[in-house]
Amino acid sequence: MADEKLTRIYIMGKAYDVPVGVTIMDAMEYAGYRFIRGAGCRSGFCGACGTVYRKAGEYRLEFVLACQEMVEEGMHLTQLPFTPAPRADYALDDLDPSENVLLQHYPEIARCVSCNTCTKACPQEIEVMDYVQAALRGDVARVAELSFDCIACGLCAMRCPADIKHYHVAQMARRLHSVAGSPTPEHLGARMNELDAGAFDDELDGLASMTLDELKAKYAQRVIEKAQEPATEEVAT
Amino acid sequence: MTDPQLAGIQDGYPDDMRASIAKVEETRARRLKEGTRAPLSAEARAELLEAWHPDYKADRKREVAVGPSKGDRMPHEVVDLLEARPSVEPAAVDLSSPGFDVSVLILGGGGAASVAALFAVEEGIAPADVLMVTKLRHGDCNSVMAQGGIQAADRENDSPAIHYLDVLGGGHYTNEPSLARALVEDGPRMIAWHESLGVLYDKVDGEYLEAHGGGTSRMRMHSAKDYTGLEIMRVLRDEVRNVGIPVLEFAPAIDLLLDEAGNAAGAVLFNLETEEQVVVRARATVLATGGFGRLHIQGFPTTNHYGATADGLVMAYRAGAGLVDMDSVQYHPTGVAYPAAILGQLATEKLRNQGAEPVNADGESFVFPLEPRDVEAAAIIRECYGEEKGIETPSGVRGVWLDTPMIEEIHGPGTLKERLAAMWMMWHRHGIDITVDPALVFPTLHYQNGGVRIDADGRTAIPGLFAGGEVAGGVHGKNRLMGNSLLDYNVFGRRAGISAARWAKENAPSGLSLKHVDAFVAALESAGIGTDRTAPMILPDYRREAVIARRLDAL
Repeated sequence: MADEKLTRIYIMGKAYDVPVGVTIMDAMEYAGYRFIRGAGCRSGFCGACGTVYRKAGEYRLEFVLACQEMVEEGMHLTQLPFTPAPRADYALDDLDPSENVLLQHYPEIARCVSCNTCTKACPQEIEVMDYVQAALRGDVARVAELSFDCIACGLCAMRCPADIKHYHVAQMARRLHSVAGSPTPEHLGARMNELDAGAFDDELDGLASMTLDELKAKYAQRVIEKAQEPATEEVAT
Repeated sequence: MTDPQLAGIQDGYPDDMRASIAKVEETRARRLKEGTRAPLSAEARAELLEAWHPDYKADRKREVAVGPSKGDRMPHEVVDLLEARPSVEPAAVDLSSPGFDVSVLILGGGGAASVAALFAVEEGIAPADVLMVTKLRHGDCNSVMAQGGIQAADRENDSPAIHYLDVLGGGHYTNEPSLARALVEDGPRMIAWHESLGVLYDKVDGEYLEAHGGGTSRMRMHSAKDYTGLEIMRVLRDEVRNVGIPVLEFAPAIDLLLDEAGNAAGAVLFNLETEEQVVVRARATVLATGGFGRLHIQGFPTTNHYGATADGLVMAYRAGAGLVDMDSVQYHPTGVAYPAAILGQLATEKLRNQGAEPVNADGESFVFPLEPRDVEAAAIIRECYGEEKGIETPSGVRGVWLDTPMIEEIHGPGTLKERLAAMWMMWHRHGIDITVDPALVFPTLHYQNGGVRIDADGRTAIPGLFAGGEVAGGVHGKNRLMGNSLLDYNVFGRRAGISAARWAKENAPSGLSLKHVDAFVAALESAGIGTDRTAPMILPDYRREAVIARRLDAL
């Protein structure tokens, strides 16, 4: 701790004095909690530590990740470490992307009332409602693009008045878009054929039979490819 | 971020750090024009490592006194767990009526475990006859946090042989050659498999957007923004669910079971919520339990997930599997050094492969930005504690600047948020905009280079026990390159899963036993190690000492 300046927070209604300048997760541990659920990667990627809080005197419920959000004076918080949200099983290869398979597998997306509560609940600042609307239109590419930063914490699904399981819809859309809308580069197949034909076996055998000094010399002679900037970009969509 | 108590702490940087940022800004145009420093020679690398890398401090390790790798030097934190008693005395475990009886038991819930499970099914085991068990949730793992990318030699100017040479040189030629070869040869196959499952890799004009990583000679880093690990892991998890493979969460293994012939026969699990023991009988067992970051070796903070406590090493070692390269630890060169709330979290190497350069308090560069990780880390430690050119934070941590605004200068405005969305978000949450200001970094404990010794088919020394991913060693030797851990868990998860399925079709355990645990405890005692330490650790304890001291075990 930089200093032992304390601030008061309320964990499920119980008051604790915790240090200023630490995350909610660290503050709960300082208070004496030892997590079983509610802590995962501790870096904002796994979605295990979805947390909701209100501050005294404020009407608004806030949605955050405990491992990423700093404690603030007067937070009344609880974790939501699990979301009961059944998903639809599917065989990716059997889906016909020309039909609205998202709607077929998750018909409740048609219940969306555009209230935007899901978007407000997203700790990743994703435009969740916009991708649900895109899903309704069958615009799989748009769902994939908008939902890309999703960590499946489940807070959207916990808030939705229409009982949509947003993050499952988005997961299906991204996989579908990858297979149907983002073709595998041809050179990958060519390289696989070369590997199957044993095209690199001799070279690899040669390296494997080299002495340490020969290997070191070979390594020292490597030519480092110069980075080139591509003209146009289309990142992760 | 509006709390007045936190003003000046979270709103960007305090004034004295701002003064150093001004120097970074002054030198930026010149540094961009001049280009980066050149890579170090082999001799200069060796000298730097010897003087400044934490692995080279002899007093931070000791020889392990018992077991299959007796005499090997390992960090004290690892030896403390290997030389420990079981969490549950074998006599207290009822082996007579297993709670589960399966063909393939997979210990772990991360990348390697998921890949092994899918390929065990691919190899002909019924999904319901596979069981994944994990300490936290399926996907709470290091795989999900990997940001920068995955290596695979798929482009025409590249080849598995070039990749192999990069891997061996990066590992200081200590890698097990057959494992390194399997890694590079399977690379393109794993990318193709991901494509078939619907992983969304970054593409430009229909081709992969491939970049360099530290120590690579070709651009072969495939990425999915800086959520590469997340993107692969969530697709794998979704597919495990589609296929219908059962997953038991919050139920870590605490010891392996052997049969009368000494073959692996399952494991004893511990239900973290009900605190019950659960016995699983299995024809084949796959160890995919990940690494040891949460041991905080040498007191370093870590990028690792909450459950990375080396449980797999402990269980396998007790059961007779040898370890390899356990003297070496990977410190990622760039962990977060400020703000303190996210100390030690990962600042991906992709920041450097997109052009961000490490610079010191005077705004001067001091190292080629893409040295192999151990070399880069040693250079940053030397800059802070040898050259005294680090920047000190209000909490007394030292670091160097990673000049992230260079990425925008090189590739154009908007690039950073587009390609490094997770990184932008991480600092943004703490009031720092890394498109405008540099980020303060210092090495952080990142990866277990060594692990359980395996062969190229994922076999361990124990028949019927297979391993893949971070728990296994030898692939990377004493230093792993960026982008080879995601590849590793795919390649060796697959190989372990296939080998386990094949073994399970032909072998069945004869009786369940924990005699090996008794024997290990006896060996500890005869070596004069009278300890009350228990292992596996299962979870680290970050509660305040004062709270722990007052704690009652009343329920």
